[in-house]
Amino acid sequence: MKDMWTAIPARGRVILLVLLAALLVAPAALDRYFMSVLILIFYFAFVGQAWNIMMGYAGQLSLGHALYAGLGGYVAALLWFYFGIGPWIGVFAGVAVAAAFGAVIGWLGFRFGIEGVYFALLTIAFAEFTRIAFDNMSFTGGPGGLFLLYEEQRTHEWWNLRGGPLLFYYLGLALAAGGALLTAWLARSRLGYQWLAVREDQEAALSLGVGAFRAKMIAVLISASMTAIGGVFLAFYYNSLFPAQAFDIGRSIEIILAPVIGGLGTIFGPIVGAFILTPLGEALIALTAKFGVDLPGTKAVFYGLTLMIIITLRPDGVWPWLKRLLGLEPKS
Amino acid sequence: MNLAIVLNVVIQGVLTGLMYGLMALGLSVIFGVVRVVNFAHGEFAVVAMYATYLLFVGLGLDPLISLLPIALAFFAIGYFLQITLVNRFVGRSEHEQFILLVGLAIIIVNGLLMIFGPDARPTNLPYSLDSFEIGPLFIDTARVYSAVAALLVSAALFAFFRYTTTGTAIRACADNLTGAGVVGLNVKRLYAVTFGIGLACVGAAGSLMVTIADASPSLAQSFTLLAFTIVIIGGLGSMTGALVGGVLIGVSEAMASFFFAPSMKSMFSFALLVAVLVLRPQGLMGRRA
Amino acid sequence: MTRTTRRNFTAGLGAAGFVAGTAPFNIVRAQSAALKIAVVLPRSGYLAPAGQSCHRGALIAPKVLADYGHKVELVHIDCESNADVARTQTERAINDGAQVVVGAFDSASTLAMAQVCEQRKIPLIVNIGAAPQLTEQGYKFLVRNFPTGGMLVTNGLKLIKDELEVTKLDAKTAVFLHANDTFGTAQRGAMDKIFPTAGLPFKLLESIAYDPKAQDLSVEITKVRALNPDLLIVVTRAADAIKMVRDMVRQRFEPKGIISPGSPGLYDEEFYQALGPLSDYALYNLPWANPKSKMTQALEAAFKPAYPNFRFAVECFNVGFTFEALLVAAAAFKKAGTADGTELMKAVRETNIAEHVMIGPAIKFDDKGQNVGIPSAAVQNFHRTPTVTLPADVATAAPVLPIPGWQKRT
Repeated sequence: MKDMWTAIPARGRVILLVLLAALLVAPAALDRYFMSVLILIFYFAFVGQAWNIMMGYAGQLSLGHALYAGLGGYVAALLWFYFGIGPWIGVFAGVAVAAAFGAVIGWLGFRFGIEGVYFALLTIAFAEFTRIAFDNMSFTGGPGGLFLLYEEQRTHEWWNLRGGPLLFYYLGLALAAGGALLTAWLARSRLGYQWLAVREDQEAALSLGVGAFRAKMIAVLISASMTAIGGVFLAFYYNSLFPAQAFDIGRSIEIILAPVIGGLGTIFGPIVGAFILTPLGEALIALTAKFGVDLPGTKAVFYGLTLMIIITLRPDGVWPWLKRLLGLEPKS
Repeated sequence: MNLAIVLNVVIQGVLTGLMYGLMALGLSVIFGVVRVVNFAHGEFAVVAMYATYLLFVGLGLDPLISLLPIALAFFAIGYFLQITLVNRFVGRSEHEQFILLVGLAIIIVNGLLMIFGPDARPTNLPYSLDSFEIGPLFIDTARVYSAVAALLVSAALFAFFRYTTTGTAIRACADNLTGAGVVGLNVKRLYAVTFGIGLACVGAAGSLMVTIADASPSLAQSFTLLAFTIVIIGGLGSMTGALVGGVLIGVSEAMASFFFAPSMKSMFSFALLVAVLVLRPQGLMGRRA
Repeated sequence: MTRTTRRNFTAGLGAAGFVAGTAPFNIVRAQSAALKIAVVLPRSGYLAPAGQSCHRGALIAPKVLADYGHKVELVHIDCESNADVARTQTERAINDGAQVVVGAFDSASTLAMAQVCEQRKIPLIVNIGAAPQLTEQGYKFLVRNFPTGGMLVTNGLKLIKDELEVTKLDAKTAVFLHANDTFGTAQRGAMDKIFPTAGLPFKLLESIAYDPKAQDLSVEITKVRALNPDLLIVVTRAADAIKMVRDMVRQRFEPKGIISPGSPGLYDEEFYQALGPLSDYALYNLPWANPKSKMTQALEAAFKPAYPNFRFAVECFNVGFTFEALLVAAAAFKKAGTADGTELMKAVRETNIAEHVMIGPAIKFDDKGQNVGIPSAAVQNFHRTPTVTLPADVATAAPVLPIPGWQKRT
């Protein structure tokens, strides 16, 4: 653990500590709007990190990550809804179910040599399949949705995630920070090097005796589990779930935007990406309103344009470039 | 179950499937040659639907006719897009291409929303409510015309790839890129032509789509997904595969809605997709790599 | 919150875009001022057609309300059919001084906003949203002036009975065809529960759910045709209603009636545009604007010059309910004499508005915040125009059943 810290150049350590401290005390100074935006940023940084482990480190392109978030959210919410089992226990069930799906997808993909775009399509197929299945199941509420009660007398029950923005702010911050720590630790572990070997050259990795199948499976399981935790967070934050939104391919795309824009295969990429994209959307809404543009769709057009520009100019993401700019390259 | 009804369902499925197939064909050509995943494919189909609608309302052109100018225009768009934008992304990772084209897709969908508003625009053809009555069968007239047109466009494409120099050169690029470069083929130009052809296909397919669906921005994403499913099932880079995949999806969805719950029909397509990926990853008609 | 802290935060993040939109915080809440209402609607994304239609109602509302002595100032927000956006933008609107929130057509967005409003003690008035759970979740700052799915079906089935009696149509069988989406399943659930005891003279042969994303409904219609029911009972949206009728015409399936127990689809402008005379005689039992109400006429008079390309008769459902939500807010403001959230909410819950737009008794809310008194009217398409045919006291024409064959239309 200690060498993870010392590996960061001094200036980086200072910036990191200042930012972290700022985020910790921020709720004292921020209004609820900025907190609600930051909660979204933390969420996307966290699930983006989960996706980053699978794609950025192990090199497996998943376009169906909404599946894991949706499953995690639904399982925990159903346990709460039917049996009153709190999310701190429900999250384990949610993670277990999502990991089981991840295991099936991973097993099919890696055992049968499904790679690249084909693997991406496999993940989409599973997510869509599950969406339609949930649309046709009545105990989950079907397309009508699953609703969790809002009980004012229980809003102090932080242990049941029945709280206000402050609870979700700190929980989100803890998830985003924890996700980054986990990734940093994994990246420096034996497993992390195996992932890199598999990502860069699977054949060579195999000949060196790296268990490619095992390494990739672990990546999927970790990624699916983390995403499921994110899903539980979101389900209890919103108190409602709809298959058409939880499992939608649009949701999967949202999850991958932050890590790709921020910088794939880096620890800070997903965080930087989330801090760019979510505020970008909010800023575009505010700007179009300010300039009196009241044509729906305008904001989205500029959002799409920004995505295209960033990926053309900074194909490796913003973070590697930002790191150089701030002089944070570790001395070699 | 009445056999005639089942036959009716199958025939409708085949006809719809041929239209799907033409749309997927465009994706297959781009994917198979340029190796770029066009995640804005369905969005282009919807643009073509709006173009067809405008030509019909403005000039009274039938989609079966406006298909030609639209395909030409889409060829030009595709050629231009490849040269200016997509070419930088050739050979880069799939996720980078993905973000680029998703960005483009967002722009197209919301641009259409800004221009045309959210309400669907119908193209009311004089024959859009007719059907051929053959014994106990009712076959939609518009669907028959569109399916025939889809077959003709596909046949023209087959001929192009088999009998023209450019077509052969493109196939060479797909088979052996290094070799193609070595023998002096202008790969960049051929890629642009290929992307153009791919978009021409989707443009033609979009024109035909107005015979069964009304143009609306919200259609795009399901078209993209549909095209990808078909291409993977049929076999990437295989032209017959795209058509066969289209028909297979058309029929299987029709049968699934008939024998099971219509609301679950897409599950069968995705199950089929997973089965093909696992059991025959090169697709039904694809060559073994 | 003061402006300074917000500016500090912005500087800290270095995100220039954050500065935009932080309008001076409005604490002036005197009675003389207008009530500031945030209207959150899905004007882009997959619910855009309905969201934009509701938006038209919101845009003409201030003028009409002013004529009735209410001063309101509206902030229009597009929630993009996305609950994340609905939530953050509601927070922002309240920061910027919104004293009431109206929205949001979509259940997911409405629930996201409900939590914000509950925590900030700002009244949320639901304009449209049929999921029964909305008023069952225990929110104290939420009211809904719109029927639940169950109410719609109960009222709708009762009207089907009346329609059959008035037209003396002898219908023995029916098939229920519905979209498998949020709204469609709510209706299906209600149908399964209510139909067996509704005492209708016909037998329900089968209920068929279809994928709302389906490209065509030819197979579904083939299935229905094989059952050959007298009545086709449908819950649709605009795009699939068009496909449904087209496939019925192509397959020459002519039921004696096409009736919706309460759903959109059969009266959208695109339905008329796409189908022409074939759109006529479709019957739908829905809450509807009362053509004989003075306020409805005033709303229509404001609508016409503002939207020459849209017809009030077609849009009055979305426009009317959105207007009424604003009316509830404005009336409560007048009664409470303050924009303080808790006081205002008390007045909202005690709402009693006799003169309003939609057909029915005075607008009132029960303990849960639900208006349980919203009746449905039988509306039928004649000459591409929705026409109220029942109940008789507000009807402008008589219902027509059985419906003429497809070929006999002009």
